[in-house]
Amino acid sequence: MQPNRLKQGGRIDRSRALSFRFNGKSYEGYTGDTLASALLANGVSLVSRSFKLHRPRGIVGAGAEEPNAILQIGRGASTLPTQRATQVELYDGLEARSTKGWPSLRFDIAAFNDLVSPLLAAGFYYKTFMRPQALWPWYERFIRAAAGFGLAPREPDPDRYEHRNAHCDVLIAGAGPAGLIAALVAARSGARVIIADEQNEFGGSLLSASQTIDAEPATAWIEATTAELDALDNVTMLTRSTVFGYYDHNFVAIVERCTDHIGEDVAGVRQRLWRVRAKQVVLAQGAFERPLVFCNNDRPGVMLASAVSCYIHRYAVCPGKRAVVFTNNDSAYRTAIDLRAAGASVVIIDSRAEGAGALADAARADGITMLPGHIVTDVSGRRHVSGVRVAQWNGDVTSTVQNTINIDCDLVAVSGGWSPAVHLHSQSGGKNAWSDDLHCFVPAEYAQANVSAGAGNGKWSLQDCLQDGLDAGIEVIARCGIEAADVTLPLAVEVASRPLEPLWRVPAATDPDRCPKQFVDFQIDTSVADIRLAVREGYRNVEHVKRYTALGFGTDQGKLGNINGMAILAECLGEDIASVGTTAFRPAYTPVTFGVGAAENVGDLFEPVRKTAIHASHEAAGAPFEVVGQWHRPWYFPQGDEDLHTSVARECLATRKSVGMMDASTLGKIDARGPDVVEFLRRIYTHDVGKMKVGRCAYGIMLGEDGMVMDDGVIARVAERQFYLTTTTGGAAPVLAWLERWLQTEWPELEVYLTSLTEHYATIVVAGPNSRRVLQDIGCNIDLERDSFAFMSVRDAELAGIAVTLFRVSFSGELAFEINIDSRNALKMWQLVADAGAKFDITPYGTETMHVLRAEKGFVIVGQDTDGSVTPVDLRLQWLLSKDKDFLGKRSLSRTDCVRSDRKQLVGLLSEDGKTVLPEGTQLVDDPGAAIPVPMCGHVTSSYYSACLGRPIAMALVATGHSRRDEIIFASLADGSAVPVRIVSPVFYDPEGERQND
Amino acid sequence: MFLIQCPWCGERAETEFSYGGEAGIVRPLEPDALSDAEWADYLFNRTNLRGAYKELWNHAQGCRRWFGVERDTVTYKIEGSYELPSGRAGKGA
Ligand SMILES: [Zn+2]
Repeated sequence: MQPNRLKQGGRIDRSRALSFRFNGKSYEGYTGDTLASALLANGVSLVSRSFKLHRPRGIVGAGAEEPNAILQIGRGASTLPTQRATQVELYDGLEARSTKGWPSLRFDIAAFNDLVSPLLAAGFYYKTFMRPQALWPWYERFIRAAAGFGLAPREPDPDRYEHRNAHCDVLIAGAGPAGLIAALVAARSGARVIIADEQNEFGGSLLSASQTIDAEPATAWIEATTAELDALDNVTMLTRSTVFGYYDHNFVAIVERCTDHIGEDVAGVRQRLWRVRAKQVVLAQGAFERPLVFCNNDRPGVMLASAVSCYIHRYAVCPGKRAVVFTNNDSAYRTAIDLRAAGASVVIIDSRAEGAGALADAARADGITMLPGHIVTDVSGRRHVSGVRVAQWNGDVTSTVQNTINIDCDLVAVSGGWSPAVHLHSQSGGKNAWSDDLHCFVPAEYAQANVSAGAGNGKWSLQDCLQDGLDAGIEVIARCGIEAADVTLPLAVEVASRPLEPLWRVPAATDPDRCPKQFVDFQIDTSVADIRLAVREGYRNVEHVKRYTALGFGTDQGKLGNINGMAILAECLGEDIASVGTTAFRPAYTPVTFGVGAAENVGDLFEPVRKTAIHASHEAAGAPFEVVGQWHRPWYFPQGDEDLHTSVARECLATRKSVGMMDASTLGKIDARGPDVVEFLRRIYTHDVGKMKVGRCAYGIMLGEDGMVMDDGVIARVAERQFYLTTTTGGAAPVLAWLERWLQTEWPELEVYLTSLTEHYATIVVAGPNSRRVLQDIGCNIDLERDSFAFMSVRDAELAGIAVTLFRVSFSGELAFEINIDSRNALKMWQLVADAGAKFDITPYGTETMHVLRAEKGFVIVGQDTDGSVTPVDLRLQWLLSKDKDFLGKRSLSRTDCVRSDRKQLVGLLSEDGKTVLPEGTQLVDDPGAAIPVPMCGHVTSSYYSACLGRPIAMALVATGHSRRDEIIFASLADGSAVPVRIVSPVFYDPEGERQND
Repeated sequence: MFLIQCPWCGERAETEFSYGGEAGIVRPLEPDALSDAEWADYLFNRTNLRGAYKELWNHAQGCRRWFGVERDTVTYKIEGSYELPSGRAGKGA
């Protein structure tokens, strides 16, 4: 059934068989398998097609470095794209598909690309498809379809995700030997510890090896250590949890996969995002084995040596029967010994003339053939490796070599040495340095409160990893000010080894630009020849070469081949690797789902909803709501089957003819008081607040220091040293912050107190010729007639015995009153107004009618008719600008840019046909027949159909508009037509303002 | 995400704060006496330096106080927070 499964061993549960499907075919594996180990157990070696050349590809690694086995997992709405089969735990019923082979993996039409691959060198897409530019969208569609790594589900995500915040003294990333012992010392010392590992169990590399600790199998040490950690309540242990992002000030992000290993449609949280603020961090993520770069090194069956050992030890899967191990260092000798023990025949090809140290003796004792001073130059076999060509080598990387030996094999295990996983260290801002001894980049300078340990710090032997992890644990708890508890250093067996000899690019029988492809980045199909081409074409900086060749651009971020790529670039440039440097590492370490990023913040919880105190009544009235900021405001109040247009027309006419009522509670409201409040507000507003009498209101605008209109509203002087300020709905919070900023940073000598009242008071607008009578009928304790309560007055009063503050202001141009009332009484007052107004057919209206009524009067809405580049002069509001005092933004109004004659200025527009309602945002042109690109002279900011005027009206910002009254310009519509429009005054209705004064 | 020390509330996550740009930009007392270039210098030009930088932060989701922070613009390390020299809280405390 599973031809490559070993009879015994592994950390799998053979009593629990699981069935799964790959590309529609059924297979069996065991609990404890990854998808990759199960596929290898079943002898499946072809798992995908490569990105650009569509070459057949197999499983290369056993962890996060896997570049080829990038599969689509699961079905329907919960499917996950771009999953590494090496990190997908097998569950019963798992369904996996490769996404890069079409119409089928074995017969891939686009594999034609491989036949023409000499034409598909680096930069090919740029060079070919960028001309003619107009065709790029067409090309792009083709390329995207051919290159897709996965499919996003079309349905909403049915699964639950959550965010969790956590704090700790020590966060440890990686639970291999170094991470575990660091955790042990920190935990025993009483520090609050979080230790996270991406795998399903702790142990890291020890799970894939046959080493001993303190003369026992290493797994016994793992079990004892994790059991002790588990028993301590100051330790949080996270398995299946990838530390994927290291941000500023030790803010670290971890994604925990809670149910992905069980299956789909599992109850509970699928994934959890941990947002951790750690005092100290230990980075112990280990190291990645590097490939060796020879001709056709991407053929299925060519694997990392450490991955082969992992499959044998951890999953009891031996991926081949006749193996060739090709290495430039000692560690792969362990793989050879593992393969031999698993029953495979093994030949070791070692590029070093001297071969290995003590492990060579062990290999020899096992009957393994060794060829030191030899290299594998090429591979035969297309869908699976069938043999290797081997040449003797004298160590000269620039030479070509003569192939002398052919070896038949079904597995090539390669090791080009090791590179510490410095990703998180780099993300934290730390620098790496090239080690000439270790031939890799190692963490050098630290930028944040962290320390690297173990293989991730360039410590290769188990004993060194344990020592380094212990040292790191002691170091970080000392930095936390905690005294270290006693931990005895465990002892591992040391083996005398011979040093690695770098081999970044393996010489071939022909020169590197003509030999079969030598792949550096499998996922992106970047080869040695591509890097050499980039250098020939003049690229020298590693970041530029990366972008030209796409080296490291895959979802694996080049974990496998990047270092080889840098070294090959260095060789081409004649520089050393240290001066070429690495490209930047960025989060996420491995891809993270959008689901866990959004977590709870979807649907109803996407944004807070703010409702006014009168909301329930609007809901009962069947009003549709408009979202303004976070407020849900009634948009219009349809009767029967009225649509927006008819409802708004009725609301407008009713208000202008009799009386309407509206909920304006969302306006920002600020109480400003204190001994210096007058001086303060004189500096803030453009008009002179000091000249206002108690009991009077004024329309006020405030400018930014750049002179642009920032917000507007009504200012009421309710007492000698107390003002009530209103702001736009959206301006409530920013205006308060703006005022506070000036008080606290620039004018601390002014004693002023600001209090937001936006939520405390509701505002009910009663507008229309009968509004006064409605209030009188409710029962008002003050005289509301014109002579005693004039337009722009404010007064505390009682309506039906309820305390209110009445404003005689008008945003509709009608006689109007604004009732400000404690929010708790607002719903009751709304009803009182409605009842008293019934005999006048009082009509509730929403935001749309409010917009139409104010536009008929030419009142601007800041943020709609202005956009942060509009001065008060542009709006014809110079009458609001005091000449007697300074105010914020005043100096800017005389800057040359603000007095340009061709500034866009606010005007009214009437479409000449009397029918066309211009879409807001429509561009305006002087001459629609002008040569393309047609110069724009302005744009429409507000536009409505006015039922009162029986025609559409619009407001617009038009260059030099104020001096162009009665000129005809053109509105350029989306369908290509141009509508003639006449520039008029923006005040369309009651220009004398008689009605509001009544 | 930064960890910022509010002088009144202690260490809080950056999401509680809003940024106010470079500290120490003093509003000219007599704007009308300035040339366009001098006014523009106050309005638009900031030192934007590399290294230790004094900037304003507001604890917007907390005590609503403005305060100063010295932050390294290269490493993002925060050297410390301080009450504004002439701030009312500083004066009254
Ligand atoms: Zn605070």
